[in-house]
Amino acid sequence: MTVETFESEETPVPVYTDPVEEATARLKSEYPELTDDPRPGYTGIMVPPERLVEVATFLRDELGFNYLSSITGMDVIDENKMETVYHTYSIEKGGGAVVLKVQTDRENPVIPSLTPFWPGANFQEREAYDMFGIQFEGHPNLRRILLWDEFEGFPLRKDWREPFYEEEHKPFGSRWPEGAVFRAEQRNPYGKNVQYPKGWNPSMMDLETDETEIYAGVTVTRESTPGLKTEKVTVNMGPQHPSTHGVFRMVITLDGETILRLQPVMGYLHRNHEQIGERNTFIQNIPYTDRLDYLSGMNMEHGYVVGVEKLMGVEVPERAEWLRILVAELNRIANHIWAIGFLLNDIGAYQTPALYMIVQREAIIEFFEALAGSRMMFNYMRFGGVAYDLPSEFRNMPTMRYLETLIFDQLPRFVEEINVYLTHNEIVRARSIGVGVLSGEEAIAYSTAGPVLRASGIPYDVRRADPYSYYDHLDFDVAVRYNGDVYDRYLIRIDEIVQSIRILQQVMPRLRETEGAPIFAGKPQYAIRVPGGDAYGRAEAPKGEIGYYVAAKQRASNPDRYHVRSPSFINLTALGRMAEGHKVADVVAILGSIDIVLGEVDR
Amino acid sequence: MYGLGIVKGMAVTFKHMIETYLDDIRWIGRGGRYWNPDALEVRQNILGSRGTVTINYPEEKLPVPERFRFVPFLVTDDPPPGQSWGHDWCTSCGICAKVCPPQCIWIERGKQPNGRPKPEPEQFWIDIDICMNCGFCAEFCPFDAIKMDHDYELASYDRSAAHIHDKARLSKPLSYWREIAPRKAAAEAAAREMAEASKGKRRSKDDGADQPTLPEEHLQQLYYRGSGY
Repeated sequence: MTVETFESEETPVPVYTDPVEEATARLKSEYPELTDDPRPGYTGIMVPPERLVEVATFLRDELGFNYLSSITGMDVIDENKMETVYHTYSIEKGGGAVVLKVQTDRENPVIPSLTPFWPGANFQEREAYDMFGIQFEGHPNLRRILLWDEFEGFPLRKDWREPFYEEEHKPFGSRWPEGAVFRAEQRNPYGKNVQYPKGWNPSMMDLETDETEIYAGVTVTRESTPGLKTEKVTVNMGPQHPSTHGVFRMVITLDGETILRLQPVMGYLHRNHEQIGERNTFIQNIPYTDRLDYLSGMNMEHGYVVGVEKLMGVEVPERAEWLRILVAELNRIANHIWAIGFLLNDIGAYQTPALYMIVQREAIIEFFEALAGSRMMFNYMRFGGVAYDLPSEFRNMPTMRYLETLIFDQLPRFVEEINVYLTHNEIVRARSIGVGVLSGEEAIAYSTAGPVLRASGIPYDVRRADPYSYYDHLDFDVAVRYNGDVYDRYLIRIDEIVQSIRILQQVMPRLRETEGAPIFAGKPQYAIRVPGGDAYGRAEAPKGEIGYYVAAKQRASNPDRYHVRSPSFINLTALGRMAEGHKVADVVAILGSIDIVLGEVDR
Repeated sequence: MYGLGIVKGMAVTFKHMIETYLDDIRWIGRGGRYWNPDALEVRQNILGSRGTVTINYPEEKLPVPERFRFVPFLVTDDPPPGQSWGHDWCTSCGICAKVCPPQCIWIERGKQPNGRPKPEPEQFWIDIDICMNCGFCAEFCPFDAIKMDHDYELASYDRSAAHIHDKARLSKPLSYWREIAPRKAAAEAAAREMAEASKGKRRSKDDGADQPTLPEEHLQQLYYRGSGY
């Protein structure tokens, strides 16, 4: 066997170490009309709308950037443009994102839809349509997703005003120095602060809506069973079914008890987190991110501070990074413990397993309370560090000793107990094995993330693929399971708890070494200004990749665009596919296995 | 064997059930396991307790940690003997109102007779329906004049008036803060003292090479390990 070496002297082939650089270069040589984003501080490749599908499929099929993680709408009102930002990643090569940006006319924004090629784009494109009115041509079901169908206007457009609008940005001038308390509702809701459609008359309002459009999405044409006279029934599960983890609704078309088509309906908890974020200053957003996925607030904060730190260019002191990993991994364990407990609830083991899980979670959550001041709404991380050092003692013992007992003794013991208690339980296995199967290719195509993706045999973890914080200094495995059913999604959470314990066991000595070291870079500031540009901070949250797209003008104190790539919302795209062909009772188990939190789905 | 998994699982449940009674028996001679502050301390610590961990609220209450955050209050000096009102620490600089994420703080700055601003709030309101208990006001207050309270039982029958706390309702003496957060209050006092002492020094001597630092026990209690002072 001979090894041939190529030496071409005329045209040296450039050697790329970074897959993103390589893909960008190849993309540009293939499509010379692509240009870099010309605005200073912004990164990405500008794609003309008519070439988007071509470029995206080339990127996916030829260059291996097959994971369409995030779609962000953006209103560039200064240039009278509407923009869509696509973040694509390579599952095989890891690394950063190839960012595609498409700009179109603001008055009549039309962009070709990527949903036919990437089913994972479905909900995200609907969200961009909902918030900005961007028409995605070729989308199979382009309707509002978070707001109700009758809503007038597109709330994230820069010229839209909410009913109790005060000022463009916080802080509001009416608070100081001449503040006089008022309640928002004291201002007459029928006053000039409310927007109504032209010619709208409250007495003529038609409250009867048959929701034809929602049901149109699930209409199925299928031959009935020969010899039997069957009829397909459309059933609403929810809103507020006890085991749907919040106010969530599924419109299901049934043939007998078998599911033919399922469509999630959401937005009942919608509060336009992103617009609140654009009114807020950068630091004011940190406590709001806790309220996205309130079961893993530390991870939510982590993604956001990583994103804004990229924008600001701040270095984080060593001890602060270790403290961040400590709380992020503890929170991951707490979240997975909760998820397992409530998955068992959904399967039908009412309350007892969930109760044991909650008892363990309490050991973590109460430590967070002593550390950060709140059980769930931590508000702990800051740009350039963390707010507090470890408390000196907790539960009548030194905090470090408490943590060591928890991490080296209590939690490993508890994982063992879960395994004895549930993993080999025949009822659990019968209810979950082979249910809600999602293949690896589908998991990527549907842009699922976190345990849902990894249970389908795709070992993709942001902590390894695109390391942030100090995860590249730590020794841990990316948990992966191969069957993609409910049982594997249960097992992978236990695997991830084990890996998190492994990480924590490595973090504890580092915390001992860095005792007394600074935990914050520089002087704490409440009015942070950033150099202009955009940045995308992502972190591996327990439910999947949490991403924050933050764009700001030069020396701005408020983000111009603040978008959250929320993992449960996008994981729900695959729910319909997972539930197809299963029974009604299985849907509850499948939904439980995705582990959604409505605070983050509806935002 | 089919069913063995269930049997083993049930054994775990059974173990938990037995443990509940074992721990109850263990506490018989020591005043019982419930409605007993000593037992409460152990019971809520899952590292040391077994069996039931629940608390009989509101008869029993969990103590909250010093850093616990609830609706803020304003710190005043302890009232001098014979008076009911101490001097406000707040200078109405407005940082808390500016940093507040949901903008629930309204401050009316005091005015001197000649119309110039007085470093004292004329009025101070917090709408506790809006307050999200994030603690930024306490964190960024340069005078330690606003602190997060530990009193979380604020339910009332009327939300229109009772939920807007005015200055009289918000003001609490320093001794109250010392009582609910003794170590944090001591650390803050030490940090203020040191900042005051080093202020003069920094003016006379430019290098900050041997800046005095607080002892570790104080630094651990403070926001950003005291780098805000």
